[in-house]
Amino acid sequence: MRYLPLTPADRAAMLETIGARSVDDLFVDVPAAARLTAPIDGLPAHASEMAVERHMTALAAKNISAGSVPFFLGAGAYRHHVPASVDHLIQRGEFLTAYTPYQPEIAQGTLQVLFEFQTQVARLFGTDIANASMYDGSTACWEAILMAARVTRKGRAILSGGLHPHYAEVVRTMAKFTRDDIVSLSPELVAEPDDNEVIASIDDQTSCVVVQYPDVLGRIPDLAAIAEAAHAKGALLIAVVTEPVALGLIEAPGALGADIVVGEGQSLGVGLQFGGPYLGLFGCREKFVRQMPGRLCGQTVDAEGKRGFVLTLSTREQHIRREKATSNICTNSGLCALAFSVHLTLLGGEGLAQLAVVNHAKAQATFERLARIPGVRVLNTAYFNEATVVLPRDAREVVRALADRQVLGGVSLGRLFPVADGLHKGLLVAATETTTDEDIEAFATALEAVLAGGNA
Amino acid sequence: MSAPNAAGWRPSLGQAERAENTTSSGDYGLILEEGLSFELGAADKCGVDIDYADRSPIEGLARFLRSEAPALPGLTEPEVVRHYTRLSRQNYAIDLGPFPLGSCTMKHNPRLNEKMARLPGFADVHPMQPQTTVQGALEVIEQLADWLMKLTGMASVAMSPKAGAHGELCGLLCIRAALDARGETRDVVLVPESAHGTNPATAAFAGFKVETIPATPAGRVDVEALKAKLAPNVAGVMITNPNTCGLFEPDMREIADAVHAAGGYVYCDGANFNAIVGKVRPGDLGVDAMHINLHKTFSTPHGGGGPGAGPVVLSEALAPFAPLPFVTRGADGSLRLVEEENAGEGHAQAFGRMVAFHGQMGMFTRALTYILSHGADGLRQVAEDAVLNANYVLRACDDLLPAPFAASGPCMHEALFSDAGLAEGFTTLDIAKGLIDEGFHPMTVYFPLVVKGAMLVEPTETESKAGLDRFITSLRSLAERAKAGDESLHSAPHFAPRRRLDETLAARKPVLVWRGDAAAAGTPSRSEVGGR
Repeated sequence: MRYLPLTPADRAAMLETIGARSVDDLFVDVPAAARLTAPIDGLPAHASEMAVERHMTALAAKNISAGSVPFFLGAGAYRHHVPASVDHLIQRGEFLTAYTPYQPEIAQGTLQVLFEFQTQVARLFGTDIANASMYDGSTACWEAILMAARVTRKGRAILSGGLHPHYAEVVRTMAKFTRDDIVSLSPELVAEPDDNEVIASIDDQTSCVVVQYPDVLGRIPDLAAIAEAAHAKGALLIAVVTEPVALGLIEAPGALGADIVVGEGQSLGVGLQFGGPYLGLFGCREKFVRQMPGRLCGQTVDAEGKRGFVLTLSTREQHIRREKATSNICTNSGLCALAFSVHLTLLGGEGLAQLAVVNHAKAQATFERLARIPGVRVLNTAYFNEATVVLPRDAREVVRALADRQVLGGVSLGRLFPVADGLHKGLLVAATETTTDEDIEAFATALEAVLAGGNA
Repeated sequence: MSAPNAAGWRPSLGQAERAENTTSSGDYGLILEEGLSFELGAADKCGVDIDYADRSPIEGLARFLRSEAPALPGLTEPEVVRHYTRLSRQNYAIDLGPFPLGSCTMKHNPRLNEKMARLPGFADVHPMQPQTTVQGALEVIEQLADWLMKLTGMASVAMSPKAGAHGELCGLLCIRAALDARGETRDVVLVPESAHGTNPATAAFAGFKVETIPATPAGRVDVEALKAKLAPNVAGVMITNPNTCGLFEPDMREIADAVHAAGGYVYCDGANFNAIVGKVRPGDLGVDAMHINLHKTFSTPHGGGGPGAGPVVLSEALAPFAPLPFVTRGADGSLRLVEEENAGEGHAQAFGRMVAFHGQMGMFTRALTYILSHGADGLRQVAEDAVLNANYVLRACDDLLPAPFAASGPCMHEALFSDAGLAEGFTTLDIAKGLIDEGFHPMTVYFPLVVKGAMLVEPTETESKAGLDRFITSLRSLAERAKAGDESLHSAPHFAPRRRLDETLAARKPVLVWRGDAAAAGTPSRSEVGGR
């Protein structure tokens, strides 16, 4: 077996050193009744690299990859071009096969990357500080709500109807067990986000309001107005960014008054991968630092006075504080943070701004073309690279019919919000720099045919 | 690159060499220093050629536009490749040598797994694509789930948790949901004192109170003490098996039976499943829920701190409560995701959703590739070799370093030593930092907490005998030096990219982001920071 270096002679010599007759003697603590004496039935034996590659390649071939067809899905996961150097660098063994940097003297590579990553996230979000990553956007969102409750000592969170429904579901699931009070506003198929409803819902018991920016329908809430209303009642504003490329074009949430900004970092450096692993981003005001969840990397000096980096403020964390920790998170998304950081370093701020302009332009071209189709209208008055299109019939059927025509034409609101009324004609459509004029035309032509009933 | 050493730092060498040989660059041969990207980059640099867009933003966007680009310097591609490559050389990694971090399972990461995860059919697939277009992705989940259930002898598996601690949470929430369904309020979870910190943290996160169970002198759960705590308010126990002392819990079945008889559930922390995969099925020991760290047992790379993946196998009793989504196969043979809209089909009691999409697909493809490569016979050999390697280290060193539980018999996949018997003032930390100078990553130190000055060595099955012999030689030599009171150990490491780092300073005055000259001005001079 190609991954096991011990030879039969090695094993025999080692058993002799140990003073055991056979390897089974080493499993003596396992009760005999529970000890398996042979490989488990019904499972195949080991296979060569070539055979495994054949098996996995055949499975991969059963999927339609985004790059092989006109593709317009977003809804919290976006297809961007990742420069080749990003994937090369994250596959360097020194990054790929390192552990959490518990021994900082021989982990400065990972630690400096995390310090740079934290700085990049904080500057992108417009927050004072950021942590070294969370699992994904949805779990970062829940952790932010818990943190807001610790900071404000209040336990009522208001979720905008524009929050990604999966994020809202994660929050409601967790809150069911922690007994936090969650007020979920209903999403509606209207042009403007629910800023007024959010503001009207804030009261003295409110710990935080959670507002996605841009929201799940692609609309852009007025964070400054919401922040002002929240702060007037002693509540925090948590802004959720699922498409960080948008922040190349629209104002950073922290600059608009958001106290905590969380997000999904997948857009930069991390591929679609059917939903994971992704990258939770978490930034906030510096005064909240000791209430933050997750790992933090900090600058210090070594015994000779040279700059170096360490994991710090670990008295917040599970391995020190145990049941009193701010979070139970341990492993996070280190390698995805590296990919994000490399991609963002390649782009720089000006590059990100230009990339955002291109994304927006591709979306403009897409929505202008779709709006010319009879019965189709674009809902949003404002959008970045994603907006909601209202169709003359249930968008779920339309998405399936488009897929039959080899077009991946967006995410239906019926699938995203299975229990909400009045959304089923909504289709969420995203374009990025990877979208071509030919893709847009193929999408529009297929949509015209599907809506004309020509679903052959 | 522009002035990487502007701050005036120098790499670490032996003190004599440093005094006599300095370089004008600050680099020493292949020991390379590297500045921060913020110090190297410039606002007008970019490593990506981006299309020109000849449109202005739509009118509705005007009031949201930012006035200037984010303050992030860019670098061109050659500079980026060099920056990160130079940084990478300051890291130790499993590719460079043994990485015997106990309970972390740093084993070789096969590169076939990386190659398979990057097939466009896996890497470039959106989680919300129509399900007819992702049948292969769903089949990966189905096949991996089938392996995990058969290897553990469990009825079901929740695939979506993102890491071990997230899996613990999933398992405890299943227990909460099952108790709720029974109409019972039980708010206490029993956790052994040797447990990993995530166990009590997770229990608290899930809304339980934690009560600690003591260990026996042989390093196992004190079964009688545990039984004495069983009461109508006990929701269950969280037990790590093999445990954090690297020992199998021989009374697991008796514990499970007692907990079940008292109306509770058994959560098993599966962080150490790699020691028993193919040798024992946790389902045969009465376990109700166990997470499996795919990044440990099934070798998906740790990546400097994740991503991990923590699927949770479940007993019949807890299976109905597992979170969405689920993959099922329909009567027509096609695979489907059970999500919120169709949860009524067999998952009506699902406790909710833990992640935005379907879990760590990229880790699933790697883990399945690893599992298929080894097969049922190879995975059994994995456990045997992991245990053999650990016992070899244990017996090769236990004459010099006290092994607190060695008298009770063999260990599993980890050899545990303590620093008792070192010269006055010498501790585990000195041995660990000495190992760095010897070219090894240290073992896990000061964990588990039940052993003073614990050193937990997990060689894993992918270490050769020759590699272990080299490690053993170094560990023995360090133990002898520490027993003899060799003062030079106190200042180790001497040959790493950095000497011991001032963690107190980092925590007292946190500098978590780069703030340019302001941060540099706050850096203490060398005279203010002594060695330990």
